[in-house]
Amino acid sequence: MSITLRYFAWVRERIGKPDEVVDVPPGIGTVGELMTWLASRGEEYAHAFENPKIIRAAIDRTHVKAHTPIGTAREIAFFPPMTGG
Amino acid sequence: MTAATTVRIQREGFDAAAEAARLTRGRTDIGALVTFTGICRGAEAGEPIEALTLEHYPGMAEAEIERHVAEAVARWPLMGVTVIHRYGRIAPGEDIMMVAAASSHREAAFSAAEFLMDYLKTRAPFWKQVEKAGATDWVEAKAADDSAAERWVRPAGRDAAE
Repeated sequence: MSITLRYFAWVRERIGKPDEVVDVPPGIGTVGELMTWLASRGEEYAHAFENPKIIRAAIDRTHVKAHTPIGTAREIAFFPPMTGG
Repeated sequence: MTAATTVRIQREGFDAAAEAARLTRGRTDIGALVTFTGICRGAEAGEPIEALTLEHYPGMAEAEIERHVAEAVARWPLMGVTVIHRYGRIAPGEDIMMVAAASSHREAAFSAAEFLMDYLKTRAPFWKQVEKAGATDWVEAKAADDSAAERWVRPAGRDAAE
């Protein structure tokens, strides 16, 4: 399954790119499992996801939790807690 | 009641007074207008700030703010709501964002403006980076902002009774 991943703020800086298309291996069912898999892809990913509890996620531009199933997501974004306003 | 709603995400500056005036112009049913403008400070904890740079998630920022504007319109008898949020580099003294809420009476206008601000802080996908003396740092989210947003969460199942 091929999904577009987007990264923002310091998650983007640590990984070193704003987006990428990845083939998610079978067996990864939730957003949290996707984070664990991403963290294993190299030092920069491990750094970005070193504290997955604070990383926020959105599927197709809607906020989701770590336990949310990936389902038929086309775009998943990872970012730090928001600081707008 | 149909509320006139405007949501804009933009790089360029805006005229908060003109935007607020646009909500009430030509109408005599509005009795209360509450506006909030967030402005870039020139110092933080005694240290001068050169600028803020706001990153956002295009598409989601608009969608998320529009969802909360729709919720505000459903919750309070509003006649107009305007939310404008900038991104990019913003110098001290410049406006970052604004919320305006218009209603017949002040309670709805005050509550809706505060609700929108509390949600914008914690749910709208924007991230502030601060430039101080040539170095840049991402602004950390405040726990106080989370608790401010939580007070608007209604107990499940009460919607029908209100």
